[in-house]
Amino acid sequence: MSLINSAPEMALTTTVDDLLNWTRKSSLWYMMFGLACCAIEMMQTGGPRADLERFGMAPRATPRVSDVIIVSGTLTLKMALRTKLLYDQMPEPRYAISMGSCANCGGLFQLAYSVCDGVDRVIPVDVYVPGCPPRPEALTEGLLKLQQKIQQERWIVRKSEPVGVRA
Amino acid sequence: MGLDAAAIHARLRERCGDVVGPLEGQGRNAWAVVDAARVKDVAHVAKSDETLRFDCLSNLSGVDYPKQGHIQVVYHLFSYALRHGFVLKVNATRDDPVVPTVSDVWSAADWMEREVFDLLGVTFTGHPDLRRILMPEDWPGHPLRKDFVEPQEYHGIPTSRESLLKV
Repeated sequence: MSLINSAPEMALTTTVDDLLNWTRKSSLWYMMFGLACCAIEMMQTGGPRADLERFGMAPRATPRVSDVIIVSGTLTLKMALRTKLLYDQMPEPRYAISMGSCANCGGLFQLAYSVCDGVDRVIPVDVYVPGCPPRPEALTEGLLKLQQKIQQERWIVRKSEPVGVRA
Repeated sequence: MGLDAAAIHARLRERCGDVVGPLEGQGRNAWAVVDAARVKDVAHVAKSDETLRFDCLSNLSGVDYPKQGHIQVVYHLFSYALRHGFVLKVNATRDDPVVPTVSDVWSAADWMEREVFDLLGVTFTGHPDLRRILMPEDWPGHPLRKDFVEPQEYHGIPTSRESLLKV
C-alpha cells in the first residue's frame, strides 16, 4: 500500500533549504580524476558491486558539469597546477574529495621532489578518505559524508549569520 | 650465432680503433667506455656491422658521479638477430655535459635522451626535440643530480610538509 493511494491529497512539510539540499545531494555528479592506483578503486565504486548510481551519482569527464571532484591518487606538482585549473572550471557550489593517502598528504611519496604533499595545498577539500588505497566501501562512506554536509547547508536563512550576508 | 663480450669488444676495436676503451665486466653486462665525441660513429658501427647487428637499444640511462666529476650515459645494446648484448658507456663532464645524440641511429633513443636531459641535464647535440619529458617545463634544475636541492615552493605550492610524528 502506497501513501499516495491512501492519501491522494497528502502534503509533506519541509523547508526550502531542505528541499533544495535534498535535490542537490541526490544527484552528485563526480568528476573522474584518477591519478594512480586509487583510480582503480574509484572505478570499482562506480561499478555494479558498490554501485554509486543508487545514490544518484554519475561519473563525468568534464569539470563544467561536475559537482564534486574526486582526487584519487598521487598528485605531482606538475598535475597540481592542472588540478587547480580544473577545479576553477567547476560551477559553484562545488566540492572536493581527497581519496587515499597520497592525495591526503603525499603518502608514501611525500619526500619525493616531484610530489605535491596533499591536494589541500591547491584546492579546498571537503572530505578526506584515508586508506592506501581505500576500499570502494570507504569511498562510498566518504560520499555519504559529503551528502550529509550538503544536507546541512543553509541558503535561504542562515541561523548563525545576519540575513543577507553570504560568506 | 651470438658473440661473447670479448668478441664483440674486439670487433668494435677493430672497426673503431682506440675510441672504444678496454673491456670491463663480463657476460651481457660487459661494458666499454667510449669517447664522448665519437659515440655516434660507434653506434653506427654497432648497428650496421654484419657480425654485431645491434638492432635494439634496450635502454639509455644516465648516472651522476660527483666525485669523479662526470655524468655517465649508459647504452644497453641488444641484437635480436644474433641474440647477444653489450653495454657502452660515455663520460661527460659534469659542468657542461654534452653528448652527440644517437636518436638517428636508434629512434628509441629519442625519448630516453629527453629523460636523461630532463633529470640529469645532459645536452644531446643534434637531438630533434630536446625538451623536458617528465618534469614541468619551468622546473628549476635537474632532480637526479646528487647536488639537487628541492625548491621550497613551486608556483606557490609548498613542497614539504611538517611531519605529523613531531607535532
